[in-house]
Amino acid sequence: MTHLDTSRRRFMVGSAATLGGLSIGFHIPGGEAAAQTAGTPEINAWVVVKPDDTVVIRIARIDMGQGTVTGLAQLVAEELECDWAKVTTEYPTPGQNLARNRVWGNFQTAGSQGIRQSQDYVRKGGAAARMMLVEAAAKQWNVPAAECRVAKGVITHAASGRSTTYGKVADAAGKLEAPKEIPLKDPKTWTIAGKPMPRLDTADKVDGRKIFGADLVLPGMLNAAIKACPVFGGKLKGFDAAAVSGKPGIRKVVAVGDNAVAVIADTWWQAKTALDAVKIDWDNGPNADMSSEKTAAMLREGLEAKEAFVGNQAGDADAAIAAAAKKIEAVYSVPHQHHATMEPMNATARWATALDRVEVWCPTQNGESALATAAAASGLQPQQCEVYRIDLGGGFGRRATSHDYVRHAVLIAKEVPGTPVKLIWSREEDMLHGWYHPVTMCKLTGALDAQGNVTALKMRISGQSILAGVNPNALQNGRDPIAFQGLNPGGTEGRLGYAIPNLMIDHAMRNPAVPPGFWRGVNNNQNAIYLECFVDEMAHAAGQDALEFRRKMLGGSPKHLAVLNAVAEKGGWGKPAPAGVFRGLAQHMGYGSYVAACAEISVDAAGKLKVHRIVAATDCGHAVNPQQIAAQIEGSFVYGLSAALMQEITIKDGKVEQENFDSYPCMLLEDMPAVESIVMPSGDFWGGVGEPTIFVAAPAVLNAIFAATGKRIRDLPLNKHDLRKA
Amino acid sequence: MARLTINGKTHDVNVDPDTPLLWVIREQVGLTGTKYGCGVAQCGACTVHVDGEPMRSCSLPVSAVTPEQKITTIEGLSPDASHPLQKAWIAMDVPQCGYCQSGQLMVASALLAKTPKPTDDQIAEAMLNICRCGTYNRIKAGIKMAAGITG
Repeated sequence: MTHLDTSRRRFMVGSAATLGGLSIGFHIPGGEAAAQTAGTPEINAWVVVKPDDTVVIRIARIDMGQGTVTGLAQLVAEELECDWAKVTTEYPTPGQNLARNRVWGNFQTAGSQGIRQSQDYVRKGGAAARMMLVEAAAKQWNVPAAECRVAKGVITHAASGRSTTYGKVADAAGKLEAPKEIPLKDPKTWTIAGKPMPRLDTADKVDGRKIFGADLVLPGMLNAAIKACPVFGGKLKGFDAAAVSGKPGIRKVVAVGDNAVAVIADTWWQAKTALDAVKIDWDNGPNADMSSEKTAAMLREGLEAKEAFVGNQAGDADAAIAAAAKKIEAVYSVPHQHHATMEPMNATARWATALDRVEVWCPTQNGESALATAAAASGLQPQQCEVYRIDLGGGFGRRATSHDYVRHAVLIAKEVPGTPVKLIWSREEDMLHGWYHPVTMCKLTGALDAQGNVTALKMRISGQSILAGVNPNALQNGRDPIAFQGLNPGGTEGRLGYAIPNLMIDHAMRNPAVPPGFWRGVNNNQNAIYLECFVDEMAHAAGQDALEFRRKMLGGSPKHLAVLNAVAEKGGWGKPAPAGVFRGLAQHMGYGSYVAACAEISVDAAGKLKVHRIVAATDCGHAVNPQQIAAQIEGSFVYGLSAALMQEITIKDGKVEQENFDSYPCMLLEDMPAVESIVMPSGDFWGGVGEPTIFVAAPAVLNAIFAATGKRIRDLPLNKHDLRKA
Repeated sequence: MARLTINGKTHDVNVDPDTPLLWVIREQVGLTGTKYGCGVAQCGACTVHVDGEPMRSCSLPVSAVTPEQKITTIEGLSPDASHPLQKAWIAMDVPQCGYCQSGQLMVASALLAKTPKPTDDQIAEAMLNICRCGTYNRIKAGIKMAAGITG
């Protein structure tokens, strides 16, 4: 077993040396986490027990509000058999992970994978630590470990009447060999995991103590504001800082890379206002005439194009459509959308005065990517860089897609070696330089036989590929496999639930020069809107009930069917709704989980939509913290419905037109429906929970709007449409 | 130079008079619980009380505040997180990421100070702050819990 203490002490000494005049008790995220266990040897990479029995659980993933830290701690604590009241957590750094041969595995917190992709090894980490602690006690007592029992961090040997605590044997336990066979508990016996534990991180969020990246203060720190060329792909030609040079607090005005200008100042407000006064000359580059209209024309061409990448194919859809008793056709579209995290992009960087080391403090969904970005931007080796992870003021995929803000901070801080510089993007900068939810359209063609059964479905998706923009190496012979999320023929990630004998789902990739990103729910969002609204259209065309119509096609997909049935039953499908209230259904599978929703809405005479109530079911296999899953379900409706009802990023002259929340509105408390969550883990798999409910939010509401108004909204967002009765 | 009374303490700060109160609170006074979200009084993350009124400090120049006016930030809402709303927020696990919650709590506390038993409509009218995580239903439930409203 490798012990952390040596390297950790070295790390701490190094930090203290570089921090120089740091006063004792100064609050530095990252530094503080390391200080928590400094000097206490670990049991293993995941668990440190301090002499006072405090259990420190190390978390490789990150919290951006989704509760993953608490959930992962529950899983470790469950196997560790420690006292939950004495559990605390800390984040190991990406640099430590690198130095220890990635002992903590993947740091990525995206794709609803924080828990499902690490549950096995973190539980084993907790179980191994428990076995070593028990063995250490047994050795001291000279009794067989098998005769010892443990509960809440207290080890007892009944025959001899002895007992001790984890804190007392932790030192000895840390010196033992790690066990080779590590059996895990049957989840049916869980007492900490699977329970609605309060989050571990709430208290700091109600009194202003919580430090986000944007709040970080380091001794001697300067602040920076940045403007990059507002036109995608544009460059910096030059700038004139005469108006601000020498003004109070202004330290430097610098070019950042080839497309941005930053001001370094004593305070951020000085930097921001000075930057507004700097005259900047942009070369708008090749995309200066790009517009949403031109993108739409490009996508419409893709709807009819001969060539497309196939995602799911069965039988002969064209022949079945030609022979259909009834043919239905529709075109849908979903625009670019923005993550709009409440906390704008930010990072703090400090170069060593010898320019041989750089440290970064930042909110990130993937600390290892942030470290790689710091290395690439600095030209140093990753071993010469370190990243201290700070909880995020919202992530939603933005801080997993790109660490452009880290690159900026590293480049800017190089101008003042030895001095930390905190870069905060203004909201406007954040809106103009996002990694946007991809723009797509979809043409759907359905065939019904004389009995109203679906004999064929064609889905032609035309539009942007996230992988082509973010990670082209992940394309498969040019094909973007994640374009088909939730529509796949098989697999455990996102399988199409409906059995349709003749099927053709394909993707005509059309990539406008707008950076695409992983946006909470990703391609499941529009795929579910397209399919679930169109299934509703086919049910209507067949003159059949939307629930029964779906059920007929879900016979081979019992888990898809179960969540649908659950929301239909609790939502009162088939029973009278309150006067003026109408219902809509949707179901989908993504990120390994099965979700469904039944929405209740009304539309008044003025055409105003009110979403009254949504019943939502999730089968995520195992539910580690049911109350936090409910929180994710509630939040998913806000995120998904904000997008569907009112959010659209449009491009004019190569630039995003929406620069702040006044032109990019979000749902408010008054818009919020009652949400009734059904968490129904069926137990034989591990699915995600941070995103899946978003998939069904929009289609359930859109289908209810059709029921209420007879209007099919196929072109989002909804606020472009008049819902008044014609 | 401006003199401000924040959470019962007097602060003399040397800033451009156009500087928004938000940035004075964060950068000169060093209280970072009040957040920057939009800078244009849209999101409400920067909400503080000025003489008990919820104000969006990102759009309030420091020169518009007098030394006599009592500014309260999230750090001054209670000395020990004992405000009924803070207790309710913890009891109900209201926050997700937490970034907007200082502003939410400051608006909610101003509401309850004037309207101790708000109706659902009054809560909806007052609570216009943005939460991207979508904690609205728990915010509403937390306000009701703090107000002692059952059902």
